[in-house]
Amino acid sequence: MINSGDTAWVLISSALVMLMTPGLAFFYGGMVRRKNILGVLMQCFIILCVLSIQWVLFGYSLSFHPGTGFWGGFGWFGLNGVGLEPYADYAGTIPHQAFMIFQAMFAIITPALIIGAFAERMKFSAFLLFTILWATFVYDPVCHWVWGMGGWLKILGVLDFAGGLVVHTSAGIAALVTTLVIGRRKNLDSNAPAPHNLPFVVLGTALLWFGWFGFNAGSALAANGLAVNAFVVTNTAAAAAGLTWACIEWMRNGKPTIFGTATGCIAGLATITPASGFVSPLSALVIGILASMVCFIGVGIIKPRLGYDDSLDAFGVHGIGGIVGILMTGLFASKLVNPSGADGLFFGNPSQFLVQLIAVLIIAGYTFVATFAIYKLVDLFIGVRVSEKEELMGLDLTQHRESAYTILE
Amino acid sequence: MKLIIAIIQSYKLEEVKEELYKQEVNLITVSEVLGHGRQKGVTEIYRGAKETGNLLKKIRLEIAVNENFVEPTIKAIIKGAKTGETGDGKIFVLDLKECIRIRTEERGGMAIG
Repeated sequence: MINSGDTAWVLISSALVMLMTPGLAFFYGGMVRRKNILGVLMQCFIILCVLSIQWVLFGYSLSFHPGTGFWGGFGWFGLNGVGLEPYADYAGTIPHQAFMIFQAMFAIITPALIIGAFAERMKFSAFLLFTILWATFVYDPVCHWVWGMGGWLKILGVLDFAGGLVVHTSAGIAALVTTLVIGRRKNLDSNAPAPHNLPFVVLGTALLWFGWFGFNAGSALAANGLAVNAFVVTNTAAAAAGLTWACIEWMRNGKPTIFGTATGCIAGLATITPASGFVSPLSALVIGILASMVCFIGVGIIKPRLGYDDSLDAFGVHGIGGIVGILMTGLFASKLVNPSGADGLFFGNPSQFLVQLIAVLIIAGYTFVATFAIYKLVDLFIGVRVSEKEELMGLDLTQHRESAYTILE
Repeated sequence: MKLIIAIIQSYKLEEVKEELYKQEVNLITVSEVLGHGRQKGVTEIYRGAKETGNLLKKIRLEIAVNENFVEPTIKAIIKGAKTGETGDGKIFVLDLKECIRIRTEERGGMAIG
């Protein structure tokens, strides 16, 4: 039975989540140097184009068709059988296609998150091939395991409300792999790159925060109390994390920065994502504070020590945030918030924490290996990294023959 | 004293800086400029693909040096900026009448280094 309120909310949420990918484009685009911003914007927009089509053709079917425990198969190829009546196993009160297009936006933003790891040095052609393969062989199966009917991790009982595993852990681990394999950018030590446009970073953060209401509250798939809970905890965690990051910087470095505050907000949003349908606002406050503390250690202390060049901290913020969020869900989840969820460790159910931990390890392990294989395959056929000269000239000019800024009119 | 002005390819700045540091030339001023040379804006900007009719982004370096640093500075700029293709740029060497360090009001060769 289609409910008009639910349908309206899910459609609006889909549009909100769609806006996150351009938001991410500005978030990342502001962080790179002037010569590379169009490259980043283009990568985000082409993902929007390519994966929208992939999803309609076969991505949705691979992810959500009730196939085996490991993949959905081609039963819904070309959306054959995905109609305007509800599909009750996923959402009983909205048209099946509304659920499909909502999920499409998740499939689009996930590979876009990885861009931050190899920013400023990947060939556009290689990027395209990598993205299509990654979406098909990493995102689609992992999504099926956690959210698809019959998915084996779903049967195991893992809690992932809006994508801590499916989106942030998978993208974060993929970011770690690609940054390790592609190597550091040129001249990092002699001339450390500074973000070329921090206002863009803040604009992107604002769009992401705004879109995240669709991401998390929309994941209730209905205009109900659960959606409201997800909305409230999302906002609370983002706020707590942004404030925490600012305070850490203030104490450690003497001054709080807008760059740090924006980064903290995103860390909080990524971390609350899996928990947003299962925890109370006060738990969200704690989760937000912890999110920034852990991600700050990852970005500010561990990364410089280990020396890998995760250019825009795709792993440090999304990967670490997503993993922390999944584990936090195993601690703070409560049936008082969501009766169809489960209790976490702090509410008397230690086994849930164990399930969350196992799911993280398995998905991180699978993503690590599969991403490595895809990277090597693309490198074999096309070559992933641009030449040294192209890297120095910038991706805008060498990959797209455009430049973002003029000096004189 | 001489004032050396060099116009180079933007992407060569890092290499030129490194070469200058090796010669212990540390005081440089850098600006982004537009220009073109003999080929009137037709230049190889990327692997043989020609761009025509436009002023191209270049980097302008200004370096004031004492006489004994003139040749090392020129050599360092050439070493860092030369590709052999059109558009590599130019170096101009000008006589410099005076140099004053504002902080101490020192003048001449003392003030340059």
